[in-house]
Amino acid sequence: MTVTIINFILLCLLFVAALAINQQRNLFAASMLTGIYSLMCASLFVCLDAVDVAFTEAAVGAGIATILFLGTLALTGFEEKTEVKVSIPGLIIVLITGGLLIYGLQDIPLFGDANTPVQTYLAGKYIDDSATEIAVPNLVTSILASYRGYDTFGETTVIFTAGIGVLMLLGRGGKKKKGLLDEAEEKQS
Amino acid sequence: MFEVATYMILFAMFLALVSAIIGKSVYDKILAVNILGTITVLFIALFGFLTERPEFLDIALVYALINFIATVAILKFFEYGDMGRSSHLNEDSDI
Repeated sequence: MTVTIINFILLCLLFVAALAINQQRNLFAASMLTGIYSLMCASLFVCLDAVDVAFTEAAVGAGIATILFLGTLALTGFEEKTEVKVSIPGLIIVLITGGLLIYGLQDIPLFGDANTPVQTYLAGKYIDDSATEIAVPNLVTSILASYRGYDTFGETTVIFTAGIGVLMLLGRGGKKKKGLLDEAEEKQS
Repeated sequence: MFEVATYMILFAMFLALVSAIIGKSVYDKILAVNILGTITVLFIALFGFLTERPEFLDIALVYALINFIATVAILKFFEYGDMGRSSHLNEDSDI
């Protein structure tokens, strides 16, 4: 029960943070708020027993993504240029899509339900056989590195390629620039 | 007891979020991110004890490291405009 209440409070905080990100016109503040959003998201993942996902969220979302945002802002400037317009057809499409997604949620099994296909289909085989087939003591490692080896290899390649692409886009800039902190201060005040 | 402490931590999380939203200067925002990272560390540690899995303490420790590195990286980025250059260019850049 307590965990449910904690999840609820965390989701409310996430909602507030998302609204704040949406309202921010200062892009530096928005990127800091996305860092905060990631940290709270990581807390929620820990509550849902997905510690590894939470860890990735904290490292990538709060750490690397924030740095990438700041790197982009250093090249583009700290204020949002375009004016905000409310587009009625866009709102309708978003509402319809959201409604469909919520409708689809009804088919999803309950959290922690033991009779879902995820729990009954392959999990038993992994638990029974991985010690003899793969001979790696850690079950997760044997699944990631052997049963799903090609999958993991592909994911790593995609992430590596994306990283190289971002680095090439941002460049390294040889010249010494004025401290960005002063610039952001001027913009904010 | 852990329950009450966890709720207090969640409230502190809310306060940090508010300070990030209404804070005026750049430093307020950076500090809010750092505070929220620390609160996350505390939250994970407490949550471990709440659900009777004290081994979450190790995970909380690694979050502390990530938090520290992220804050240093953000500040460094502001100081130099990038993540630093090779050190033979001038004195005050490192890496």
